Amino acid sequence: MNRLADALAPLGLMLLLLGAWEAACRLTGVPAYFLPPPSQVAVAAATGLPVLVPAAWNTLSVALVALVLAAAGALLLAILVGLSPLLERAVRPLASALQVTPVVAVAPLILIWAGIDHPERAVIALAVLVAFFPIFSGAVTGLRSADPDLERLFDLYGAGRLQRVLRLRLPAAVPFLMEGLKVGAGLAIIGAVVAEFAAGSGGVRGLAWQILDAGNKLQTDRMIAALVVLAVMGVAVHAGLERLERAGLRWWRGR
Amino acid sequence: MTPATVALEDVEVDYRGRGRALGPLSLRIGDGEIVALVGPSGCGKSTALRLLAGLEPATRGVVQRAPGRGETSVVFQAPTLAPWMSAAANVALPLELSGTPKPEARARALEALERVGLGGAGASRPAQLSGGMAMRASLARALVTQPRLLMLDEPFAALDEITRRTLADDVLGLWSQTRPAIVFVTHNVEEAAYLAERIVVLTRGPGRIAGEVRVEAPLPRPAGFRTWPVFTEAAEAISALLAKGAEAAP
Repeated sequence: MNRLADALAPLGLMLLLLGAWEAACRLTGVPAYFLPPPSQVAVAAATGLPVLVPAAWNTLSVALVALVLAAAGALLLAILVGLSPLLERAVRPLASALQVTPVVAVAPLILIWAGIDHPERAVIALAVLVAFFPIFSGAVTGLRSADPDLERLFDLYGAGRLQRVLRLRLPAAVPFLMEGLKVGAGLAIIGAVVAEFAAGSGGVRGLAWQILDAGNKLQTDRMIAALVVLAVMGVAVHAGLERLERAGLRWWRGR
Repeated sequence: MTPATVALEDVEVDYRGRGRALGPLSLRIGDGEIVALVGPSGCGKSTALRLLAGLEPATRGVVQRAPGRGETSVVFQAPTLAPWMSAAANVALPLELSGTPKPEARARALEALERVGLGGAGASRPAQLSGGMAMRASLARALVTQPRLLMLDEPFAALDEITRRTLADDVLGLWSQTRPAIVFVTHNVEEAAYLAERIVVLTRGPGRIAGEVRVEAPLPRPAGFRTWPVFTEAAEAISALLAKGAEAAP
C-alpha cells in the first residue's frame, strides 16, 4: 500500500502541475509562442518524434563517446599519478585550473582547434573535458583507498609496482571508479548539450540544436518538447548507470 | 639457546618529529619460540611488531632478521582480506606475488584453508564469512607460505570469547605442525599466558621492557590448562608487571 503511494505520488504531482499549466494557458489566453499549453507540446513531441529521436541519439552518442574517452584518459592519468607523487603534485594545480574554467568559455578555442570542418570533434572534446575531472578525482582517491594493512602485505611479499597497481589498487578503486563514471556520464550529457550550443548550427544536430532551431523560429512547443526528451534521456541514463553501479558493487563485495 | 630468528638491539623508533614511540628495546626471538608482547594501549606494541616483521625501519639500533623475503607472515587485527577476491584467491595471493604459478598457488591455498578448518569455503567471498571464519582465512593466508616467523597483531581482538579460545587452540595446533617462531601482540593477559612460552611486558609509551614471564608448560596446551596454577600464576605475574610498567616515568 505504502509502496504504491510512493510510486504514485510523483505521478500525481506531475499530473496536477500539468493540469494547472493547461488551465492557466486556456484561462489567460497567453499566446502559444510565449507559453504553449502542455497538450500542444504533446502534439509537437508526437509529430516531431521522427526528428527528435535521431537528435537525441546524436547527443547521447556524443556523450557516450566522450564518456569512454574521458574514462580511459582519466584512469590512465590517475594510474601514472598514483605511481609518482611528484607527478601528482605537478598535475594537481593544472587540473584544478582546468576544472574551474567553464566549458562555454573554452568552447570557441576548441572549435578553432578542431577545425571549422569538424565541429563534431569539438563537441566531443568539450564533453570529454567536462566528464574528465569527476572520473579522474574518483580514480585518484580510489587508487589510494586500499587497506593500509593490505598494502603492508604487498610490501611483505615483495610485490612490484605493477603488481601492486593491478592486483591491489585498481580493484580497490572499483567503487570509486563506478561513482566517478556515474557522475561523469551525467556531466558528459550536459557537456555535449553545452558544446552543441557553442558550436551552433554547424555542429552536431542533436537535441541542443533542435532547441536552438525551434527557438529561432519561435516554435516554443517544439523547444519544450525537445527539453522533455532531453530530461527523459538524462533520467534514463542516470537510472541505467545506477543499476549498473549497484550490480557492480554487488559483484565487488561478493553479495 | 636456540638460534635467533629475529633480534632487536637497543632499538628506538621515533614518531616523525614528535618524540620517541618505542625503545630503547632489546629483544630476541628464538627459532620456533612463541612470544607475546603485552602492554598498555599506545606503548608501541604494533610498532615493535612491524619492526620485527621488517615493515618499518628502526630510527636507532640494530635489527637482525634471519628470515628471507616471503618467510615472514603477518596477521593483522582485522582479517584484511580483499573483498573482491574469493577466500582461496586471498590465501593464494602471497604465493602468487612471489612468483608461484597460479595453479600450484591455488592448490596450496585450498590445502591451507583445509588446515584452518575452512575446507569448503574456498569459493566464498570475505563478506560471506563470519568474523571467526574470516580470521581463519587470514591465518591460512599467513601460513600458506610456510613462514619461519609469524606475527599476530591482536588477531582475536574483535572476536567473541568462545571463538577467541577456539582460535587460540587452533593457532597452537598449527604451530606444532611446522613450528614457526610466533610473535603476537595482545593486551589480553590471559590470552598471553595461554598462548605464549614467554611473555614480554612493555611499559607505557615509549615502550621499554618492564619484565618477562615464562610459562613452563607443554604446548599445545592440555585441556583445562586455564585452571592450572602455572597459568594463573603467570597471568598474575603479567598483571603485576603491567601495573609496574604503567607507573614508569615516560
